[in-house]
Amino acid sequence: MTRISISRLLACTVVACGSTLLMQETSRAADAPHVRIENFSFEPQTLAVKVGTTVVFENDDDIPHLVVAENKSFRSKALDTGDTYAFTFSKSGDFAYFCGLHPHMRGKITVSQ
Amino acid sequence: MTHHHDDGEGISRRHALECMIWAGTGVLWTVSGGVPVSLNLLGAAEAAEARASGFTFLQISDSHIGFDKAANPHAIDTLKEAIGKVKALPAKPSFMIHTGDITHLSKAAQFDNADQIIGGAGLDVHYVPGEHDVIDEGNGRAYIERYGKNAKGAGWYSFDQNGVHFVGLVNVVNLRAGGLGNLGAEQLAWLADDLRAVSASTPIVVFAHIPLWTVYADWGWGTDDSTQALALLKRFGSVTVLNGHIHQIMQKVEGNITFHTALSTAFPQPAPGTAPAPGPMTVPAGKLRSLLGITDVAVRNGGQELAIIDSRLSDA
Repeated sequence: MTRISISRLLACTVVACGSTLLMQETSRAADAPHVRIENFSFEPQTLAVKVGTTVVFENDDDIPHLVVAENKSFRSKALDTGDTYAFTFSKSGDFAYFCGLHPHMRGKITVSQ
Repeated sequence: MTHHHDDGEGISRRHALECMIWAGTGVLWTVSGGVPVSLNLLGAAEAAEARASGFTFLQISDSHIGFDKAANPHAIDTLKEAIGKVKALPAKPSFMIHTGDITHLSKAAQFDNADQIIGGAGLDVHYVPGEHDVIDEGNGRAYIERYGKNAKGAGWYSFDQNGVHFVGLVNVVNLRAGGLGNLGAEQLAWLADDLRAVSASTPIVVFAHIPLWTVYADWGWGTDDSTQALALLKRFGSVTVLNGHIHQIMQKVEGNITFHTALSTAFPQPAPGTAPAPGPMTVPAGKLRSLLGITDVAVRNGGQELAIIDSRLSDA
């Protein structure tokens, strides 16, 4: 009996922790600066953030796009309409990026301490 | 619509190009003595002649299976209609080429659906990938496993049919920031080697997804290193370049090279610079099928030109 109670307790704790983490992730994503992809362009085209910031790229076009850093530090999968890609910038510097499918589409994230 | 008469010496290329655009369902290419020429509806007698003495092949493009947005929620149905048109052709084409964007998102189920529908035509199909066909997790592995067994690199190859040398090129991988389509050094070296043994009098047909000439750089409608490929094709008397990607018919003749782009079977895109972006163009209900279609090409032995017929899913 005791063993079962402990298992239940553990299970509850795990679920609770998971929920808390999930909520944190969700709120972080909601607060995160967004780059919208619309009409084959990144908006805003340049964005300045602090180290540790998560930037969310969201595709609002009817065509898939793919976000690729010129220095290869990040690369999304193909983003269909409404899909998002989040990347956390842990180093300072300029991160130029482009669309891997439509390379004339370009943008830049400037990350500072 | 321009109607031309065959005066025995062959029509001028520019005149031939004027004949290319007409309302139908595809482009019929005929190779007549080496140079591809479009056949228009009024040129049915010439088309018949081409069919009698040569062969025809068919081009379809940009089927985007999986696309379901406002511009065409039923891309699968319009591909079925296009294949229906192919099956209804009076003369069975020798084979078909697909100039890429078979699928919208490179998903296995999308490739499966495309294969099943296109296979219904009962023709051999020679594919080249569009950028939408190489966005699986493996960055193109899904395409190569399915279509690239006899191809090199990212899927390029050549083959010969009735004295015509066909070359399928890939210009949708390893794209560079700020650039256009890209062939790459490895493929260009292969092309130089492939063409080395081909005589200058052999008609050449090159097909690739993104146009091999710059249609509109602001929208990425061109290929960065296409001039190097075209330089390798200069010594040939007749070169025809068939592309897709831009979902509309465009053509150009430059020296010995005739360029032509095909309609999509899925959705139209705006003319260069006429919209903020090159995305899918939503048109009034009832007009869509007049902006989609296929391309049929006839090769006439002993003549001078290939004939190209662009035809549409409906005339409306």
